[in-house]
Amino acid sequence: MNSKEILYNYCLRLGDDALILGQRLSELCSKGPILEEDLAQTNIALDMIGRAQALFNYASEINGGKNTADDIAYRRPEFQYRNHLLVEQPNEDFAHVIARQLYISAFEVLFYGSLENSKDSILASIASKTIKEIKYHLQHASDWTVRLGDGTPESTFKMQRAINNLWMYTGELFEMDSIDDQLLKSGIGVDKSPLIEKWRKQIQATLSEATLTMPEEMFMQSGGKQGVHTEHMGHLLSEMQYLQRAYPDAKW
Amino acid sequence: MVNKIISINEIKKIIGAIPDPEIPVISINELGILREVEFDNDECLITITPTYTACPAMQFIEEEIKDRLGEIGINNVKVKLTYSPAWTTDWINENTKQKLKNYGIAAPLHSSCNKVFQKNVMMNCPHCNSTTTELISRFGSTACKALYKCNTCKEPFEYFKCH
Ligand SMILES: [Zn+2]
Repeated sequence: MNSKEILYNYCLRLGDDALILGQRLSELCSKGPILEEDLAQTNIALDMIGRAQALFNYASEINGGKNTADDIAYRRPEFQYRNHLLVEQPNEDFAHVIARQLYISAFEVLFYGSLENSKDSILASIASKTIKEIKYHLQHASDWTVRLGDGTPESTFKMQRAINNLWMYTGELFEMDSIDDQLLKSGIGVDKSPLIEKWRKQIQATLSEATLTMPEEMFMQSGGKQGVHTEHMGHLLSEMQYLQRAYPDAKW
Repeated sequence: MVNKIISINEIKKIIGAIPDPEIPVISINELGILREVEFDNDECLITITPTYTACPAMQFIEEEIKDRLGEIGINNVKVKLTYSPAWTTDWINENTKQKLKNYGIAAPLHSSCNKVFQKNVMMNCPHCNSTTTELISRFGSTACKALYKCNTCKEPFEYFKCH
């Protein structure tokens, strides 16, 4: 890969996390547990889709306009998506929605906080824009984790179950591969290895306040960044891509 | 060439007055969305910035800018979106905050935009000024607002979040 292709792929990775989680959260539209939460989840979804749009527009520019942001979002087959496995996991119950958000937002606060210093001015400006939104997402997810964790026996059980179930998808967030390494060397990408300790501390603090326990060490799943997804991804894409597949080039 | 005799300041005044589609009592200039007006030969280059990354009003604002400039004979217009510097509620001045309040929206409290607001912060009800108010949801009808209720006058109200 040349340096342009590397940067293009990096934008896709970041954009795909935002797009796929945005799609997952959109599923809660009109199905939130209460009206206020319905609004909150869809607001977070909107933030995610806005971020994906900014990153895909930039990717399209890097690619010389060969494919548009919409092509990137809607026309790729499953194995070309580069998102982490965590964000494609199904909503299951509200506790899973919150646990997933807690894990990813705690990571994103650190990641985008570091990306703000990128030598790539566009990535840096997207980072400094999006991090303000991420801080709200993290606060929201932390509040709910505490409220449910330190709630009734049933809510405590469900919150702990979700925290445990999704734990095996968190290791992948901190993996570095050749794309990460090369962009780190050129001052564009983020060094994720030192983030893991800070992330664990943050999660530990929230779980303690929620009277929940940190999951035990276990085998960590990975593969999303290489395009190897869980069985849930195809179902998500079939819904998300339906319109563009059925009516290619459809315009509003 | 009509556009040569219209100054950049006049253009700023005309398009700056466009009301924000979601809070029509304040203009895109007062909100800080309009960033820059320049001329590149005959092309009029307008730079705007979204309040939130996914602000759905951006397209509407772009069309409105083109319409209003078209009315004064400027048709070669390009509207550019920038994320940097990131939009902040610090750009909203006291006068505009008063307008928000009169409209029933509690204005952003302090100028520390990187701090996420806390649940227990005292929030004045824009209707009756009472401080016995309660956060209902951190996310209101639009991404930039949170939902509160007033325990004195019992009215719900929105708060324009610090950002
Ligand atoms: Zn009141």
